[in-house]
Amino acid sequence: MAIRSEPITINLGPQHPSTHGVFRMRVTFDGETIIDVEPIFGYLHRGSEKLAEERTYTQVVTLTDRMDYVSSMLNNQGYILAVEKLCDINPKPRGVWLRMIASELQRIASHLVAIGFLIQDLGAWGTPLTYAMREREKILQMFEMLCGARITNSYLRPGGVFMDAPSVFWDVLDSFIASFPKSIDELEKLITSNEIIFSRTKGVAVLSSKDAIDASITGPILRSTGVDWDLRKRDSYDYYDDVEFDIPIHEAGDNYARYLLRVQEIRESLKIVEQCKKNIQPGLVRPHHDEVPDLLKPPSGDCYVAIEGSKGELGFYLVSDGSIAPYRWHVRSSSLINLTLLKDMLVGTLFGDLFVTFGSIDINMGEVDR
Amino acid sequence: MLNFVYENLYKTLEFFLPDSFLIKEIIFVFSGLIIAFIIINAVLVGVLLLIWGERRLLGRFQQRSGPNRWGPRGLLVSTADAIKVMFKEDIVPEEADKYIFNLAPLLLLIPVFIIFSVIPFAVGLYAVNINVSLLFILAVTSISGLSIICAAWASANRIAIFSALRSVAMLISYEIPVGLSLVGILLITESMSVLDIVSYQKIPFIIIQPVAAFVFFLGSLAEINRTPFDLTEAESELAAGYQNDYSGMKWGLFYLGEFAAAIATASVFTTLFLGGPNGPVLPSIVWFTVKVVLVLFMIIWIRATWPRFRIDQVLNLAWKGLFELTLINIVVTSIVVIIWPEGSDNRLIYITIANWIFVVPFIFIVAKVLKTSDYKVTNFNNQNYPVGSAKPKFEKEGS
Repeated sequence: MAIRSEPITINLGPQHPSTHGVFRMRVTFDGETIIDVEPIFGYLHRGSEKLAEERTYTQVVTLTDRMDYVSSMLNNQGYILAVEKLCDINPKPRGVWLRMIASELQRIASHLVAIGFLIQDLGAWGTPLTYAMREREKILQMFEMLCGARITNSYLRPGGVFMDAPSVFWDVLDSFIASFPKSIDELEKLITSNEIIFSRTKGVAVLSSKDAIDASITGPILRSTGVDWDLRKRDSYDYYDDVEFDIPIHEAGDNYARYLLRVQEIRESLKIVEQCKKNIQPGLVRPHHDEVPDLLKPPSGDCYVAIEGSKGELGFYLVSDGSIAPYRWHVRSSSLINLTLLKDMLVGTLFGDLFVTFGSIDINMGEVDR
Repeated sequence: MLNFVYENLYKTLEFFLPDSFLIKEIIFVFSGLIIAFIIINAVLVGVLLLIWGERRLLGRFQQRSGPNRWGPRGLLVSTADAIKVMFKEDIVPEEADKYIFNLAPLLLLIPVFIIFSVIPFAVGLYAVNINVSLLFILAVTSISGLSIICAAWASANRIAIFSALRSVAMLISYEIPVGLSLVGILLITESMSVLDIVSYQKIPFIIIQPVAAFVFFLGSLAEINRTPFDLTEAESELAAGYQNDYSGMKWGLFYLGEFAAAIATASVFTTLFLGGPNGPVLPSIVWFTVKVVLVLFMIIWIRATWPRFRIDQVLNLAWKGLFELTLINIVVTSIVVIIWPEGSDNRLIYITIANWIFVVPFIFIVAKVLKTSDYKVTNFNNQNYPVGSAKPKFEKEGS
């Protein structure tokens, strides 16, 4: 545009309908074009990492639920893997299969939320969102069967899961596996080939693979730039080596690629759930109390375990001084690190792209501020 | 209707009233007020029903139940809302320009009601007959942009100003295709009176002038700020847009104005393109209502399905798409009208055929030109997920 106008600075958030929580941006516009973005975090800081220093290793599980509250199971999994590594616990196979089912279902739920709200930010009046939420509801109901909670699950324990799935769970899971592909097709029919969505997301907020790697961005955003990096394959944990699944990769690195990649990941996650269900054998879901006591006292030392969360690499760093509580607990939250390139992605785009890009990064303020 | 009411009123009251200065004029004004009262109340009831219907339908589209607590099937929900809004606190921002701030909601609402004065609700049932009523409608609808910019500027809110500037840009752009799309009708009917246009429509104009109807519908969606052109109050970007600082009944008036505008647009579209109250068997007022409800259903359906355009795409569509379509329509229609002038046999049929053959294909051509190009397909090892793949197509269930 040849015409230039006086820049105008607008404060968006922390109270704004689509900042996915309490995020704040000070955005400078030239007309409708964004020329500067200053993200401001910290409105949801609850000091989780400090709180963990006064809790036992099992109690900290409840803190992980409240970090990224749309993918609690994955947070549980990452933390439990770190504790298992620290205490050198051998998990029970049935427990591991169950937590793989739980975490893959949670990945589906998390991606559904991401897609639903991305389309909501695009301005569709709720319909795709309710489609996505309808499917998520089924998953949450299955979680309720597993552990009695829908959002803050705290299902996993060192060495497995906290209790076995009820028999009715397997029937519900069967019908979910049977019906879900149709539902996701339905959602895709509404969104994927929609010209308005395509024209609004194609080529917007493009991220190159070099920039993404330099900023240590992970997860769907990194894979949408053409980098084949998924910790489930690269640094396999639990039994991910024993299941077959593909890693969707896209090269475009724009908002549409990020959206499409999530849809494809949902389908892959469903494959994993199916195979987990096939492989699961009867047995104990967690070691006996004699083997793994409730009050864990790991030897002094530290460990770092990272898993492929729904939003990227979710790392847990634990330092033990031999007492019942962690000496230091640090979380490498993918949401926070994925946000670091927000300014580079947004400068030059229009106001309408701002929240679409923000939605396509898929952050969760609970995880950003912790 | 005005003359009818006036004459009857005068006849009835003639006996009782003294034959003094201005008595006729007073009765004339009084009968006008009666008609205005009836029409405004009819529209208000329509708005209440529309809000209920829209929420209910959106609920169905989104696989939930929608409002179902107040009254049978939630029918009283908008009444309850209206009462609630009246009792809410009225806040005027400290820095606001109070006079204009208070005036803006009225400025939006009044023109919408004025539109209804020229619309024939049934055969012979209209408030006034103006011989340039088409021009009148176009002129009156443009006032809403002024109201929005008044509201935004007076409330001294940056987000509101963003919203207002978008609104004005859209209004200016879409006035032109909307105005030009009606030229075809003028050429065929050779009249600017809505009544003449209605009585001319033995075949509805949506069949004779499909492209004009298409452009007019999209343009009016943009003018009343409905999806996919609801950039003015893009909730995910601008919160409530120009209404950000309004509360209580002033906000209620904006809300009312928007929904009344939707009804007005549907009525104008019905009148100009769907044959207005014309129709067999059923009474004409029923036909009119049914058609208006159909158009409103279309508007709600679009709102439930489509996301919103970006501002540059909205303006592109107006200037690069709809504007050209209207010009092509005008050219073809004027040639056809010269070949088959008024009075020749089967005139409308020939005009219809010519329009479908020479104008309608341009919709697809324009769509092809404005369409976003697919990604370039590149080779990649992972066969299941080719990189930068084209949009997946969904021909079959579960494909």
